[in-house]
Amino acid sequence: MRVAVLGVGYSGFNTNTPDLNWKELMLEAAVRAYEDAGINPRKDVDSVVTCAEDFWEGFAIFDEFVPDQLGGVLKPTCTVCSDFLYGVATAYMQIKSGLADIVVVEAHSKASDILTFGEVIKFAMDPVWLRDIGNAHPYYFAALEMSQYVSECCINEEQIAEVVVKNKNNALLNSSAPYGAKVTVEDVLNSPMVFDPMRKIEIAPVSDGAVVFVLGNEFVAREITDTPVWVKGVGWWSETSNYDTMSFNAMYAYKAAKMAYKLAKITNPAKEVDFAEVDDRFAFKELQHIEALQLSRKYETGSLMQEGYFARDGELPVNVSGGNLGVGNLLEATGGQKALEVVLQLRGLAGKRQIEAETGVAQAWRYIPTASGTVAVFGV
Amino acid sequence: MAVGKKDISAPPYAEGTSLSDEDIKKKKVTYVEDHPNIRYSWTAGQAVSKFLNELKKGKIAATKCNKCRRIMVPPRVFCELCYKPIDEWVYVEDTGTVQTFSISYIDPDAKPLEEPVIVAVISIDGASKNMGIMHVLGEVKPEDVYIGMKVKAVWKPEDEREGSVTDIKYWKPLEG
Repeated sequence: MRVAVLGVGYSGFNTNTPDLNWKELMLEAAVRAYEDAGINPRKDVDSVVTCAEDFWEGFAIFDEFVPDQLGGVLKPTCTVCSDFLYGVATAYMQIKSGLADIVVVEAHSKASDILTFGEVIKFAMDPVWLRDIGNAHPYYFAALEMSQYVSECCINEEQIAEVVVKNKNNALLNSSAPYGAKVTVEDVLNSPMVFDPMRKIEIAPVSDGAVVFVLGNEFVAREITDTPVWVKGVGWWSETSNYDTMSFNAMYAYKAAKMAYKLAKITNPAKEVDFAEVDDRFAFKELQHIEALQLSRKYETGSLMQEGYFARDGELPVNVSGGNLGVGNLLEATGGQKALEVVLQLRGLAGKRQIEAETGVAQAWRYIPTASGTVAVFGV
Repeated sequence: MAVGKKDISAPPYAEGTSLSDEDIKKKKVTYVEDHPNIRYSWTAGQAVSKFLNELKKGKIAATKCNKCRRIMVPPRVFCELCYKPIDEWVYVEDTGTVQTFSISYIDPDAKPLEEPVIVAVISIDGASKNMGIMHVLGEVKPEDVYIGMKVKAVWKPEDEREGSVTDIKYWKPLEG
């Protein structure tokens, strides 16, 4: 039983959303997704999966707040406390097992509601072991990882800068990417060093938005369209929660990709994957994740980035949407925005930034301070 | 004293030695304390913004779905049963009926309250059945409250209202 994407909808992405609350943001994305799929959620949906973390929301047991705005009142509903792509994996299993024919997946970010973002991230630190060490904003956790990664993989600062340049310029072609900008390598190198070796511009600022997917089995998909986008594989993996013993080389993404590629019957990702949307909430993460997805070899990624191999018109475009550096850090909707871009590209709906592709990969990390992540392979 | 302890008849050897506040203060137990500073400011959104702004004027605003014909309080921009946008805004009364209540004697920290708080769900007049507001009752003795009791909102003075559900101080019995 194959799993297809029947419809997608989104709201945002914006730096702030003063006119809508998180429920209305979810509603907007959901209505668009149901319209796209041509379904009536009150009649056709068998199961609803949302992806949320209570501390981003600011209130507990978020799963209780889900059904109304998604049309899921009196339906099987559950919340996965993680990124959108974990929700896609959950829906994939529900459909594959025959438990449901049509499953809705939702994730959102209302980051603008959070007044003390750094303190909320700090709340994810082990309270006994890590939380009391120093008083810096916890973005330094990413810088620690970056420091080790760039030294191990011989990445120089111009190569990191190229990631920012590519993604922020890509974002200029995406009307839903609020952080697009015409920046150069020089601009990036002039950005203040805030968490040495990490510069301010290498950090994706937060943004608001919601993403909803309607997934369904092969039979439902065939009724709706002759050319569905398929979820070809999903994978997820965690390393360890201990910051002092992690590998710092995105093993989570490597293993999650292995799992997803196996399901998708992809044996040579660098050749078989046409494009990818990867987590770049810190610029170095893009290089690390490209390697982990086996789209390039270690020690080559930085120079390939400089040569334009991952550019929109390159051999293997990465983050054509603008990535998180262009769209913003969407919290648990990060993987949602990535999957959305992959699906829009595969359906030929990506507008000015359209590329030619048949197989795309979406990847998200669970953000600092984790070594967990997930991968989904989509194809036509 | 722990609730119910008097009913337990365990032999002395089975009672063990309980931890006292003193033991914790003296750090006989190893622990780490943290008081995180996490704060939020939730956008009220389309429906609730209007609702809160109307409360400032001493009015309760509701939304109506013309398909299922429900008048919904608290208001929302969509009908969650029909899954369609709402059709119009209407005002409902500031009177209603106690649908359910609890006389609560204990605070969130499990300490006894000096005066019990009477929490109630009030079905508001003019809104559809079982549509209303969870709030507190006042000017009534706990023993006099009953399901089906008619109540009326007691508002804060207009210049003290700030667009919050606490602009209604409490609901009191409607005499007669």
